[in-house]
Amino acid sequence: MDLFRVFDIAGSGMGAQSVRLNATASNLANINSVSGDPAQVYRARHPVFETVVAGLGADSSAGVRVLGVVESTADPVPVYEPGHPEADEAGYIYRGNVDLASEMTNMISASRAYQNNVEILNTSKDLMLRTLSLGS
Amino acid sequence: MSFSLDKYFGIHQQALSLRSQRNTVLANNLANADTPGFKARDFDFRTVLAQAGGQAPAVDQVRVTHSRHLGGSAGGTDPGALLYRVPLQPAQDGNTVEADREQAAFAENSVRYQASLQFLNSRIQSMINVLKGGNS
Repeated sequence: MDLFRVFDIAGSGMGAQSVRLNATASNLANINSVSGDPAQVYRARHPVFETVVAGLGADSSAGVRVLGVVESTADPVPVYEPGHPEADEAGYIYRGNVDLASEMTNMISASRAYQNNVEILNTSKDLMLRTLSLGS
Repeated sequence: MSFSLDKYFGIHQQALSLRSQRNTVLANNLANADTPGFKARDFDFRTVLAQAGGQAPAVDQVRVTHSRHLGGSAGGTDPGALLYRVPLQPAQDGNTVEADREQAAFAENSVRYQASLQFLNSRIQSMINVLKGGNS
């Protein structure tokens, strides 16, 4: 039903943004993860969003969904630490490629977008309840 | 003399459903605020309401100054169709949603929805008042 689609849309927006928040949390938690093998080290993850297109009508789009999660292709940072138990034969360990500044901005953006969707949901709910009590 | 309930409620019943449709479109814009390549959409409320009300939409008609001139409209597209918002600051990923503008449009639309609701409510109230003979 058309009237209630706004809830689906705002809900899908909240879902997508919470996936983004989860990815940020995972990245921040692993910011100090190290490995002796650059192929094994943690890589920053970021979700990619996609518009859900339902039908061919005039207002056909219906929300957003997470298309997938991509790993950052930036190189891991080598750190010379020969005493580290994980260090390779050259004495290097590798830090994950999580960029703290970009993760923090991502987090703020995601939380603001989430709040926007909550606001939409609340306003729509209020309007709908008022419509239900029409004439009373 | 016949009494038409449709006429009694006026344009506001169409306005109410169009307002809720517009809210859905705006909610969709905000849900897709971080989707790469998403283009923000909206419709011209006045034109669509005129269409819903059965009136010919006031699109820019080409002025005819001679009987052998051909008529035509400047738009060339369906006036009631969903349009694309022109962004003030387009993002690098092709997304044209500006959260603040969408929020403002959503707030405006919600208030106008409530205005229509208020109008319908008072119409129903006065109708009930009449039915009860003034002693409610």
